[in-house]
Parts: sequence; C-alpha cells; structure tokens
Amino acid sequence: MSKMLGASVFQLVLLLCISPLISGIIKTLKARLQTRRGPGIFQPYRDLNKLLRKQMVIPETASWIFAAAPIMVFATSVLVGLLVPMITADAPLSLFGGVLAVIYLLGLGRFFLALGALDAGSSFGGLGSSREMTISALAEPAMMLAIFTVALSASSTNLSEVVRGAIGQSWRFLAPSQMLAFAALFIVLIAETGRIPVDNPATHLELTMIHEAMILEYSGPYLALIEWGAAVKQLILMTLLINIFYPFGLSLQWNAASLAIGCGSYLLKLVILAVLIVLVETTNAKMRLFRVPELLSVAFVLGALALISTFLF
Amino acid sequence: MLEGLTAALIANGWVAVLLAYAAGSLGSLLCVRTPFLGRLLSTGLGVAGGLLQVLVSLATILEGNTVGWSVPSGVPLLDIGLRLDPLSAIFTLALGAVAIAVSIYSFGYTSGLTARRLAILGFFFNLELLGLSLVFTASNAFFFLIAWEVMALAAYCLVSFEHHHEATRDAGILFFVMSHVGTGFLIVGFLVLHSMTGSLEFANFHVVPTPLQYGALFSLFLFGFGVKAGIVPLHIWLPAAHPVAPSNVSAVMSGIVVKTGIYGLFRVYFDFLGKPPQWAALVILAVGVSSGLLGVLYALIETDLKRLLAYSTIENVGIILMGMGASLFFSSISKPELAALALVGALAHIVNHAMFKTLLFLGAGSVLHGTRTRDIERMGGLLRRMPATAFLFLVGAVAISGFPPLNGFVGEWFTYQAFLAGFGSTVSLTKLVFPVAGALLALTGALAATTFVKAFGISFLALPRSRESEHAHESHWTMLLGMAVPALSCVALGVGATWLIPGLDSVTGQLLGVRSSARFVVSHGVVLNSGALRGGTVSMPMIAVLLILLSFTATLIGLASFRRANRRTGPAWDCGLPGLTAENEYTATAFSKPLRMIFAALYQPKREIQQQFDVSPYYPKSVLFESEVEQTFESRLYKPLKDKLLQRANRLRAIQAGSIHAYLAYIFLTLVVLLLFGARP
Repeated sequence: MSKMLGASVFQLVLLLCISPLISGIIKTLKARLQTRRGPGIFQPYRDLNKLLRKQMVIPETASWIFAAAPIMVFATSVLVGLLVPMITADAPLSLFGGVLAVIYLLGLGRFFLALGALDAGSSFGGLGSSREMTISALAEPAMMLAIFTVALSASSTNLSEVVRGAIGQSWRFLAPSQMLAFAALFIVLIAETGRIPVDNPATHLELTMIHEAMILEYSGPYLALIEWGAAVKQLILMTLLINIFYPFGLSLQWNAASLAIGCGSYLLKLVILAVLIVLVETTNAKMRLFRVPELLSVAFVLGALALISTFLF
Repeated sequence: MLEGLTAALIANGWVAVLLAYAAGSLGSLLCVRTPFLGRLLSTGLGVAGGLLQVLVSLATILEGNTVGWSVPSGVPLLDIGLRLDPLSAIFTLALGAVAIAVSIYSFGYTSGLTARRLAILGFFFNLELLGLSLVFTASNAFFFLIAWEVMALAAYCLVSFEHHHEATRDAGILFFVMSHVGTGFLIVGFLVLHSMTGSLEFANFHVVPTPLQYGALFSLFLFGFGVKAGIVPLHIWLPAAHPVAPSNVSAVMSGIVVKTGIYGLFRVYFDFLGKPPQWAALVILAVGVSSGLLGVLYALIETDLKRLLAYSTIENVGIILMGMGASLFFSSISKPELAALALVGALAHIVNHAMFKTLLFLGAGSVLHGTRTRDIERMGGLLRRMPATAFLFLVGAVAISGFPPLNGFVGEWFTYQAFLAGFGSTVSLTKLVFPVAGALLALTGALAATTFVKAFGISFLALPRSRESEHAHESHWTMLLGMAVPALSCVALGVGATWLIPGLDSVTGQLLGVRSSARFVVSHGVVLNSGALRGGTVSMPMIAVLLILLSFTATLIGLASFRRANRRTGPAWDCGLPGLTAENEYTATAFSKPLRMIFAALYQPKREIQQQFDVSPYYPKSVLFESEVEQTFESRLYKPLKDKLLQRANRLRAIQAGSIHAYLAYIFLTLVVLLLFGARP
C-alpha cells in the first residue's frame, strides 16, 4: 500500500515535470531543422509559469462548463498517467485500469474540452470541437486494432502485464505484427496529439486549426491547465508507444540502480521518438481536413494487417 | 423452510406489484372528475409498484431461485402462468426502477393536461407497466402473447396520445403495423415449438432441435423479437414513434419496451434452444455490430433531440447484441466461462441503458416542456435557464458515451474483454471476427461521444438561438426528482459496479451453469477482473476517487490567485465585428458536417443553395439553404415493399365486390374447408 502510494507520487512528479520538457524538446528540434534558433527547451515551463500568474478573461456567454473543461482535461490526463508504466514495468496503479480505461478516460477529457469550446458561443470553438471529435472518432478503431494486437500476446489489457510480456521476449519488436501495430499507433499518436500532417500546433488560421480553435477563448490558469494536460497526454501516448514496443531498460525492481537505468533509458527513448515526430512534422505538409480520414484509414489497415500477421508468423 | 418463506414473499410481492399497476390504471380512469386525485393515484401507485418491483426482483436475483405459479383459465392451452426467475428479474428490476423515475416525473409533467386526457394517459401508462410486467414473467406462450398484445396496444395508444397531429397518427400506425408483423412471426414461432413439444408451457420448451428446425426457430424469433428490439433494418418505427409520444412515455418505450425484444431473444436462444450453432452466434454478432454502427451514424446527424435519442437506442441495442452474440459463440464452442464474461457485459448494458436512456428522454421532455421545441437548432443557452435539467442531462450524456466512472463503461468494458478473449478461444479463422467487432465497437463508442457532445453542447451551452429557448423556464421539482433517480442510478451502477456484478451470478448460473463472480471481482471487491488469470482489470470506485481528488487539485491550481483579482469577464472573440450573436454559433448541422461528408456514401446528402443578389454573387441579399439526408432503409427497402403490397392488395379488391351473397359464400366455403381440415384423423 505504501509502496503504491510512493510510486504514485514519484510518477506524478515525473509526469508533471518532464511533460513540458518533451514539448520544449520537440519545439526546439523543429526550429533547428527549420534553421531557426527556437525558444529553448525550457520555454514551456516559462509559459506555464506566466499563464498561472496571468489574469483570466472568461467569456460573458460561458457557463460553469467552461471552467470544468480545463479541470477535467488535467485530471483525466494525470490519472491516465498513473495507469501507464513509465520507468518501472509496474505502473503504480495499473491494477485500477488497463488500456481500455486509458482510452476512455482520455475520451472523457476530450468530451469536456469539446463542450468547453462550444460554451463560449464563438464559431471558432464549434469548429474546433466538431473537427476534434470527428478525428478522434475515426482514430479510435485503428487504435483499438493495434491495441488488440499487443494485448493478445499478453492476453491482457493490463498495461503492466503487456509490458512484462514484451520484456520476456526482447526481440519481439522485430516481428511484423509488432512493427505494423507500431506504425498504426504512431499515426494515431500524430492525430491525437494534433501534429502535422493532421493539425498544426503552431498556427491560428481558422481554415486549418483544430486544437487551437478549441482553446481560443481560454487564458491564464485555465489555459495553463489545458496546455499542461495536453503535454501530459502527449507524454502518455509517447510512453505507451515506446514502452509497449521497446521495453528496454524498464526497471523491474525498486532499487536505486535499476531506477536510474530505467530513468536514463526512458528519457533516451523519449528523445528518439521526439526526433521521429519532428522529422515527420518537418517533412510533411499539413493535410486538408478531408484528407485526414484517408490517413486514419491507412492506420486502420495497418492495424488489421498487424492482427492478421500474428497468425502468419 | 426459510426458502419457502422467501418464495411465498416473492410470489405475494409480485401479485401486489401487478395489483398496484392495475389499480393505478383503473384509479386514473375512475377519478376523472377529480383530476388532482387521479394524477396522485396513478403516479403514486406507479411509484409504489415500481418500488415493490425493484425489491422483489432484487430478492429473486440474490436468492437465485425461480418462483412460479399457474392458474388454469378454462380456455384450452391457456394457463395464466407466471414465473419469476433470475433472467426475468434482471428485466423487471430495470422496469421497476424506470417506473419509479417516470411516475414521479409524470406528476409534474402531466399537470397541464385536461381532466379527461389526464385520466386516459394515466390509464394507458399504468396498463403499459402492467403489460410489461406480465411479458417479463409470463410462463405460458399463449398468455405471453396476450401480455405482449396488451403491452403493444397500450403502447400504441400512448404513442398516438397527441393524435391531433398528423405526424403522430402516422407514427402510431407505423408502430402498430410493425409491431403486429413481429407478433405474427412470434405466433408462428411458438406454434413450431408447440408442434415439437406438444405444449405451450415455457418450462417444456427446452428442445434439442435439428439444424433445420434451429434455423427456422432462430429466424422466426429474430424477426419477431427483433422488431420490438429495434434491430437494423427492422428499426424504422423507433425514430418515428419515440419522438411523437409524450416524453414520459418515450422514456418507458426506449428504456423498457425495446428491452422486451431483447428479453425474448435471451429467453429463446439461451433458455429454450440449448446449445447454439456457430452461425447463429455470428448472425447475432453481425446484427449487433450493424445496428450499433448504423444507429449511431443516424443519431449523429439528427437535429431533433428525441429522434436522436431514439437512434441512440438502436445503437445501444446493438451493443447489447454484440455481447449476446459473443456469449452465444462461446456457448457454441463449449467455453461457458467466457460465455459468462460476455453475458455479464450484455446484462449490465441492459440495466445501464434503461437508466441513462430514461434519464435522457426525461431530460429531453423537460427541455420540450421549457422551450416547446424538439429542434436542437432552436435551442442553446439552456444551461443558464434550466440549470438542474442541464446538469442531469449532462450526467446521462457522459454515462451513455461510456466514460468511466459512470455506468455505461461497465458493459462495454466486459464486452471488449469478451472480444479479446474470443480471439484466443478458437484456432479457426472465425476468431478474426472479434478484433474487427472490437474495432467497430470502439468506432461506435467514439461516434456516440461525438453525438452527445453535439446533443448537450448545442442545446444547453452558449447563446439561445430562438425566442423559445431565450424564455425557457426550469421544470417542476417533481420532474427534476424523477430525473435525479436514474441519474443517481447511473453513478451508483458505475462506481459500485464491482459490488453489483456478483449479483449477476444467478443469471449466468441459470443460463450457462457458471457462477463466476469470484473470478470477476478481486482485491477485496474493489477491482473488476476479466476472469482470465492475468486478464484485464479495472476499478471503478478507485477511478472515481482519484478523479475527484485530481479534479480538486486542478481546481486549486486553476484558482490559485497569484494575483488578487484573477478573473474578469469579457466578450468572446468576435473577429472584430460588433457583438457576438447566436447566428455566429456553430449549429448542430454544422457540427456533424465533417462526419456527414466522410460517411456520404451512407447518408447520400443532397443540398440546394439559392442566392439572391443585386450587384455581385459575393454580396448575397438572401440565401436559401436546404439540406437533406436520405433515409436509406425507408426509401430503398420499405417504400418498394409498401408499393408492391398496395398494388397486390388492389387486385384483391375484385373479390370484395360489396355483394352480401358473395360474402356469405366466402364464409361458408371457409367453414367447409376448416371442417375438412379439422376432421382429418
């Protein structure tokens, strides 16, 4: 019990502390690839700090839903973070919910964010909310197929069991089914975190924006909560991807040495995945909104192929 | 001794329930001159009957035994037989809870009616509850069909209650016709069973059919009960009939009447027909998946709040059938433990859907009461005008979207676990069905969430889009109380799922011979387990507690006033144009537009834009926009069928010449033929 509590607190701190860092790393790397200097990897911390001190402007038309949305986004993201193994194979609270709880809790956060966006009554909120719900709905089946593929080998939806199963067979990531499932989940990651080619986090053009349109009316501490929650969600999805498919270095015991190895390898893997995301972002152009379903059906087909190839190999 | 006592208590309790509904029904009619007393009597007895029904059903489920009794009626083959077993009790439990909620609600909802109409509504409403109670417990096929007709006819009268509108009459007739086509299939189905067993008692219906007989019985009952359950493509009466009925009636229709079809399917496929063949299970699974997906896709583009909810009922019936199909599949390959897992998912979703759909229909009724419109495009801003209704509707919307920690998640979670286990259960290629079904269930769930973001967001948030919603008013406290009952149930059934799931033991025991609660609940009853050794786990209470704690923390962060006055209100961004009005808001149609375009193959959307302009088309004076979506099943399947039928019927008019001699001859001929047929040795 006390171990569970300790692990939870440790992971909570880790989640909240390094999620802005990963966002910062991605932004800076992207800037470097575009031959800009970039704001530096610690900029997200400065942003959060500033936003938390700012005064909020609440739209006159808004109701309590407007305030509930950032709170729910933050709470669900952090709760999900405790269900996912980060540097130890056993997530602190993995008994309390497996991958289905992860998907549906993230959905709960999105549900409230979409409502919060509608609450202000401007067209931008509705636009963002409609697009966000559409894209997430289409990403869901691909995600479920890929999850099925990895859950099958462990015959469990419990993430700690899935990861333990993966550690047992260290070369499994080379199996075609795993690689296809990785590709499918990677596309879902791009869609869910609102990155190019699905959404452009750096734009405020109404023709293209999705996530930014939803949070247009937010300011001050509420915006900080949403941004922080989104950073945590991004970290969680990245963690899922690296730890399910490449569980190297995950610590199986609770001692300083293996935790240190766990931390080091976790950060290394995160940075590699971040580089991959940045490469995809810089080498692709933003898609037209109605091309996105095609990308997501590619993910679905990849997921289906992954599943079928579990038979063949 | 003690068991005998409980059995006697249950039996007497059940009779009391039936008497309460009957008394409520007649009382309402007798008190036509004292409307207040009549209203009090019909709703009060509805609540009393519902409470007792919940208690009796719970006792049956927890005791796990069957109580039955039978009185011969004097008519051949017809025994007035009633039997309350765990399977029936699950449905009557939901019925009792819905009866309580809707009866409380009706007290306020019907206050504006004239004395005569009030008496009629009370009469048929309680008669419907009586009919439903009998349908779930009748143990003789003849008696079952009578109860079925009482229920269907009472429902017809309730649907047509506002018969001064033409749309209502049409919907009522559609319901009437569809319902009786279904009953026709049921009669044939029961006759086939009678010819096989020589009895009409449910207890004697446990047959071991040949493949051909199984096929015949399977299809007859699938059509017969499928009409009531609203499976695609037999669903067309639901979106027509549910919106036009008074909202308290819609709640019972969607929450329970649709479940009678599900009950029938469970009764026949699990109880009567023994071990199913694989194809039958796969058919049910396919019907479930297609009903789920098509139901939610139509709900998504709907702008009539009550039609949206009706389509969403079709979706949820699909989810229930997915669990049922998986369970039948596992029975067919002799894996009762897995069958129990899938069955628990289906049963949980039956009760859960009854709760949140009742809540949402009552909420829609409250909105209709306050704004006089069902059109989402004319709503908006209702959260400020009807805060309690809005909050309760939101609870229902979160629950139906399947988000933890509310109850919608529980059934879907078990169904996913069953699909996952299904993949490992067999070596044949059929196992590929399960991940695909799982992926489509995920799509269905995500589209349902989108639908309810629209339903809640466009109706209740931002600015009012019409004068009606600007002057909306909150409903009477009894209506709010009636909605609070299912809302609390949604929370309790979700958070308390780990303690409630073991209650389903008696049903899985009855239908599959497996009692699995020990495997489904671990860690001192806090965690739900999929049953496998290291299967999936989820803890609803812990998720709820953690979510509350984290929300509290987030609220503190959000409020953290590093400055004294950390908030002010201001106008929303209006692109520099003066003043934001409701015309700037996204509409429900616009909200679902991306998905309407993506699924254009299904919707076949048509639109027409007419512009009037003086100088240049870029400065239109007025724009007329029309958009229409094809009702595929109505226009492609039912309309040709109806046309052909009318055409044939026209030809038959030749023998209906109006001559009384000819008619007498027909009667005589019929009599002779029947006598010859009957005299056959």
